[in-house]
Amino acid sequence: MIVLDTLGVVSFWIAGPLAVLGALGLIMFRKAVYAALSMAFTMVNLAVLYASLDAMFLTFVQIIVYTGAIMMLFLFVLMLVGVDTPDSLVETLRGQRVAATLAAIGIFALIVFGIGGAITGVPAVGLEQANAEYGDNVQGLAALIFGRYVFAFELTSALLITAAVGAMILGQRARVRRKATQRDLSEERLRDYAEKGTHPGSLPNSGVLALHNSIATPALLPDGTVSEHSVSETLAARGVIIDAPALSQATAKAFSEIESTSVEEADE
Amino acid sequence: MITLETVAATGVFSLAWLMIAVPAVAAALLLVSGSFFDRAGHWLAVAAVALSFGIALWLFIAMMAADPEQRAVGVPLYTWIDSGTWSISAGLLIDQLSILFALLITGVGGLIHLYSVGYMAHDPRRRRFFAFLNLFVAAMLLLVLADNYLVLFVGWEGVGLASYLLIGFWQYKPSAAAAAKKAFVMNRVGDLGMTTAVMAMLALFGSSSFEAVNAGAGKLDPAWATAIGLLLLLAACGKSAQVPLQAWLLDAMEGPTPVSALIHAATMVTAGVYLVVRSNAVFNVAPIAATAVVLVGTVTLLVGAWIGTSKDDIKKVLAGSTMSQIGYMMLAAGIGPAGYAFAIFHLLTHGFFKANMFLGAGSVMHAMDDDVNMRHYGALSKVMRITFLTFSMGFLAIIGFPFFSGYYSKDHIIEAAFHQNALIGWAALIGAGITAFYMTRLMLMTFFGESRWREGVHPHESPKIMTIPLIILAIFSVIGGVLMNSWIQEWLEPAVGNHVEELSLMPSAIGWATMGVVALGVAVGWFFFGQRRVPEEAPVSKNFFTVMGRNDLFGDTVNDVVAVQPTMLAARGVVVADHTMIDGGVNGAAGLLAKLSTQTRRLQTGQIRTYALTMSLGVVGIGVVMILSQLG
Amino acid sequence: MSPEYYLFLAVLLFAIGTVGVMVRRNALIAFMSVELMLNAANLAMVAFAMARGGLDGQVATFFVMVVAAAEVVVGLSIIIVIYRTRRSTSMDAASLLKL
Repeated sequence: MIVLDTLGVVSFWIAGPLAVLGALGLIMFRKAVYAALSMAFTMVNLAVLYASLDAMFLTFVQIIVYTGAIMMLFLFVLMLVGVDTPDSLVETLRGQRVAATLAAIGIFALIVFGIGGAITGVPAVGLEQANAEYGDNVQGLAALIFGRYVFAFELTSALLITAAVGAMILGQRARVRRKATQRDLSEERLRDYAEKGTHPGSLPNSGVLALHNSIATPALLPDGTVSEHSVSETLAARGVIIDAPALSQATAKAFSEIESTSVEEADE
Repeated sequence: MITLETVAATGVFSLAWLMIAVPAVAAALLLVSGSFFDRAGHWLAVAAVALSFGIALWLFIAMMAADPEQRAVGVPLYTWIDSGTWSISAGLLIDQLSILFALLITGVGGLIHLYSVGYMAHDPRRRRFFAFLNLFVAAMLLLVLADNYLVLFVGWEGVGLASYLLIGFWQYKPSAAAAAKKAFVMNRVGDLGMTTAVMAMLALFGSSSFEAVNAGAGKLDPAWATAIGLLLLLAACGKSAQVPLQAWLLDAMEGPTPVSALIHAATMVTAGVYLVVRSNAVFNVAPIAATAVVLVGTVTLLVGAWIGTSKDDIKKVLAGSTMSQIGYMMLAAGIGPAGYAFAIFHLLTHGFFKANMFLGAGSVMHAMDDDVNMRHYGALSKVMRITFLTFSMGFLAIIGFPFFSGYYSKDHIIEAAFHQNALIGWAALIGAGITAFYMTRLMLMTFFGESRWREGVHPHESPKIMTIPLIILAIFSVIGGVLMNSWIQEWLEPAVGNHVEELSLMPSAIGWATMGVVALGVAVGWFFFGQRRVPEEAPVSKNFFTVMGRNDLFGDTVNDVVAVQPTMLAARGVVVADHTMIDGGVNGAAGLLAKLSTQTRRLQTGQIRTYALTMSLGVVGIGVVMILSQLG
Repeated sequence: MSPEYYLFLAVLLFAIGTVGVMVRRNALIAFMSVELMLNAANLAMVAFAMARGGLDGQVATFFVMVVAAAEVVVGLSIIIVIYRTRRSTSMDAASLLKL
């Protein structure tokens, strides 16, 4: 008994400070991954402390559920949201750190004085008798969980299912509308043309059907008139585009020649 | 002192409530039935009133057969209000006074219902019209049959409602809607007197029943008696369109003509006279109030006659005449025991001949495409024989032609007025002369002379369903006086405590004088309107009497200056006070709060970590307080 | 071993956890600090169970673990959703509800 008790004291004085170190690491590491790992470290130490308190079942649950499942989930999410950016530790809220430390000390003092004061000096009963009642710690807990607390236990199942469903709903990313196909896009372009007059395709390049292909040369439409769309509005505003009537003169000349020829042909 | 000893209701008397219930149920049925009764509903209404008339007649005959001491019958219905020391029962009082009213209301009312079947034949909302008429009959019967002032007040308000609904029956006409509203509002002024009087009675006598009031009136403090009397007079002025609350009656002519005949001539407007006569015990011990009644009556009879002389609207002439005749009744009622019976007598004969003339006017309007301007009439005596003849009977009755009904009733009042005070007597006498003048004017402009019809108007006699009621009413206009002259005083004596006097059929000196004045009035009327051509447009006149009369003696202007403007001024003041003080205070407080909130909102930074810090500090604070309290 | 040492340790861890919530901006670390506070409470309950000589404290710890598991699942989902829309896990950035 004394050996065991001594073992408990030793393990407390080893695991306790380590747990505190881990906790301090959690709030001090700049990188979130280190913080998570030091948190896991704290939890393992807590498991040791549970063991020193004769809570063998909780020791393993702590390691399996907390360290094994929950902390790994945290790490997983950390990986997901970007592990490589260290947090800035510069405080943005004025006086937040000092006030937070004061509040924490206040809470510490409050609990130590308020509740700790009430139990100081009361000898610990120990769990030997309670554990021995049904054989061992696990059997004793099982008797309580499936006996007195069975209704609460059943309720936790509902809670877990709700949480699982909630996580699934939050996690899924539903497409609000069908992805547009090429056909949809082209139909939309034509609809825009019909309703708003937006040009459905590419506009004529500058210089098309003209004698030059400089960007300052407006394109000529097949009837020899100038297409305003073919030159940049900026150039048009500056007035640096090539004079349109001069450009279309060649076409006009060609047309007149063709016409005179056709007239002569008709005369003949 | 009349103690109003009643006997328990037996036999047919216990069915008296049916008289009210039947038209009330018919009205409700017509109103809720929707289009189901559109085609035949008016006959249901006529039948309901006929049934009421039958019951009233039966009661009357039973009463005639009974011992004179056994004639007043109380019909308790149920306990209406039972609260603490108050116990007010709703009951009916069938006595010599109320049965006469019941007969008048259901009899004349029935004839007018019948007439309306023809008059309203083409109105799309005929069913509703008859529902309102039935509602009116039920309310009016409740008013006259009630055995206490509170139940009377229910009927009083009921007729006010029916009057409002029927004046504004053609509510798409802005003038009709405004007239209805005006009548309603001015009647509320009278109701103020009524409710205050009833409250005073409840406070003084512990009950509002006629029996308790009559028994307690003798021991009443004269100041209280005067106050109650004046309040009742105010109520009567409102309902009976007496000066100073007369202005609504002329506008009330916007309603359909049968309504004018039933409500604003024969029955409802006489409710004030009924109230005064019914409250005889109070007025007997309050001479000041009684004198006020006489004064109001005298002034109104002259004012009404004056208005009647200068109007071109046939209905408004008759309305002025109604005011004037009710003035006679009020005068008689104010004279006291010597006049009560004459007031009721004149009320009954007036009910006949005025309903007759109003319906006759309706018949004329029917023929003239609803034109009411007498300057567009003329020469109708040949095309509308029956209307002309029946109207003539009414005419002769109202001017007091010997042996017609008005001759008896009005002469008695003038004589009683002379006995009371020579000045009042002269006023009544002159009123009779003016009456003769304006009625002659009406007759001549409507039925004689050359025709001044508008284009497209083709006068014709009205259908039989309208003329038969006219004929019946004309017969009563002729014989009503003779029938009741020697009988009514003794009949009413147990109910109203009038003094039975010996009356001869031969006129006295005052009677001769009256006849002379009347003849003069007719002659003047003929001089101005019989032998001359009547202009088709009203001639512009600067004559003081004409201008005053055409403008209803500026009654509306007086109301405007005395009541409307100060009220508006007060309302505007209240609005200003409301905006600056109340709104200012409220908005100022709200603005202050808003500014404060804008500042406190800064605490809400949106920073979760700040919230966490605040919460932690709060936990520490609460914990410290708890521990300190434990230590303390 | 007297339970008060365990209690002091538990309170110390709890206080460190509160500081973490208040000081760290990374939502994940703040969330882990909350877990640390839960664990501190658990430790206190196990210590009380020892001191009282009953197993109810351990059962309560067990239930706390179950609830914490559910909480972590939902909480992490929310953090992921926020990260998806705002590309950040900083708690200071999630202040859209403020004017």
